[in-house]
Amino acid sequence: MAQSFRMKPPMGEDNGWWWQQAAEGNLAIQRCKACSTLRHPPRPMCGDCQSLEWDHVVASGRGTLDSFTVLHHPQFPGFDYPLIIILVKLEEGTRFTSQLINCSEDAVEFGMPVEMVMHEDPDGFRLPMFQPAQGAHA
Amino acid sequence: MSQFLKDKAAIAGIGLTEFSKKSGVSELSLAAQATLAACEDAGLPPSEIDGFVSYTLDSTDEIELARTVGAGDLKLFTKVNYGGGAAVGTILHAVMAVATGVADNVICYRAMNGRSGQRMGQGISGQIVSSDLVHWSWYMPYGMLTPGSWIAMIANKYMHHHGVTAEDLGRVAISQRNYAQSNPRSFFHGKPLTMEDYLASKMIADPLRLYDFCQETDGGCAILVTSAERARDLQQKPAIIRGVVQASTRGQEQMTSYYRDELDSLPEMEMAAKLVYAQSGLGPDDINAACLYDAFTSEVIMQLESFGFCGRGEGKDMVRDGALDIDGRLPNNTHGGLLSEAYIHGMNSIAEGARLVRGTSTSQPKGVEHVLVSSGVGVPTGALILARD
Ligand SMILES: [Zn+2]
Repeated sequence: MAQSFRMKPPMGEDNGWWWQQAAEGNLAIQRCKACSTLRHPPRPMCGDCQSLEWDHVVASGRGTLDSFTVLHHPQFPGFDYPLIIILVKLEEGTRFTSQLINCSEDAVEFGMPVEMVMHEDPDGFRLPMFQPAQGAHA
Repeated sequence: MSQFLKDKAAIAGIGLTEFSKKSGVSELSLAAQATLAACEDAGLPPSEIDGFVSYTLDSTDEIELARTVGAGDLKLFTKVNYGGGAAVGTILHAVMAVATGVADNVICYRAMNGRSGQRMGQGISGQIVSSDLVHWSWYMPYGMLTPGSWIAMIANKYMHHHGVTAEDLGRVAISQRNYAQSNPRSFFHGKPLTMEDYLASKMIADPLRLYDFCQETDGGCAILVTSAERARDLQQKPAIIRGVVQASTRGQEQMTSYYRDELDSLPEMEMAAKLVYAQSGLGPDDINAACLYDAFTSEVIMQLESFGFCGRGEGKDMVRDGALDIDGRLPNNTHGGLLSEAYIHGMNSIAEGARLVRGTSTSQPKGVEHVLVSSGVGVPTGALILARD
């Protein structure tokens, strides 16, 4: 199997399931079973109603860009610079931190519609990235 | 907010090592030298120190330092979490101990080979699964490995929302660099900064350029906290601790609080402001000078709003008016700050706060009664108000 530069998340009880969903192609959002509040990043208890019971929904992958930064330095091996890091407001209401691909540095704008693309590393590790929404001009 | 701690304790001594890019000595040695310097500054022998407080990020444990400097029996030993967010938190823990009689003379310290040893933002990895590592793992796989990358996300939103320009950030960097010109300890002593230099400096994490970033420093700093009464009998003018608080708000993450309703304010700093003003009985109008935590220039502008020196979105106007300069409304980081003096994780800014109250800053504004010092930005934080006796 090919080596990957990417720092892998530690897989614990609170987050391993989420990465398993990503491996299956899904951008998951944890949901409280008792009060239905969505939460991200995942946690073992609902901060609103204190329930330990949860499931998840699969996000549509559509959202808008709440903020971003373009990273130039320092340059870590394996990443392509300038590296566009984004904070997406998913249409389900939670936010998600990710990378914007298929977009030039000059074309990034606050509020721009984006859509999820499941990225796969050479070693098979998958993580959600985003690109400008293809239907945006339709 | 209880006023129990108000005026109970004081900073009686400050101690610094030389600041450099390669100390050539251990962090324990830096901590010991800084502690000894603080004791000598106060005129108190190390054998009378009975408490030590530091940062969880500090590699020097309390008892290692105690043995090394020849401290007495210890009644307090503790460390405060969250990087630079610990800074004035260490003072709070010392004050709580002194005010309650748990300990008499407490050293708060931070010593780091921050350039030649373990540098910030080198990434975190490992096989251990802790809630903290899981937190970082939402960012690390995407290449968000540095403090600059985490802060830039908030800085960009804030600047976009309020029309803050690159020149505004540059004004903060230049103001503090000007102070560094009269401070021989400063890394940038003898190296002034022009707006042209600032704008030409390389973009690191857009919108943050090289000169928006603090230093990486080898050095140590120690602060001696004792009762106000005892401090009056020692050899320096006491810096009375009128207010000191820690603050962390709902939805707080370490550096990446991206999931709260607002992205363009600092809720934990607003909370710290509210608490420290209530505890001290003071308000923004009473503050004559400040050491606002400045790992990044954008944080200084945002904190002017958090602490009520101006309204939301008006921080840039204060900066444009020269408010942070020596003859301005709020001389800020008169030692040069973490941007231009040294990055000792905010401990050196507490030392400057004490100097401002003593009247011994290398850029001393006139008529300083109260100085505000804040802890790290974007993390669980705190605020401190020092007063002239
Ligand atoms: Zn719930």
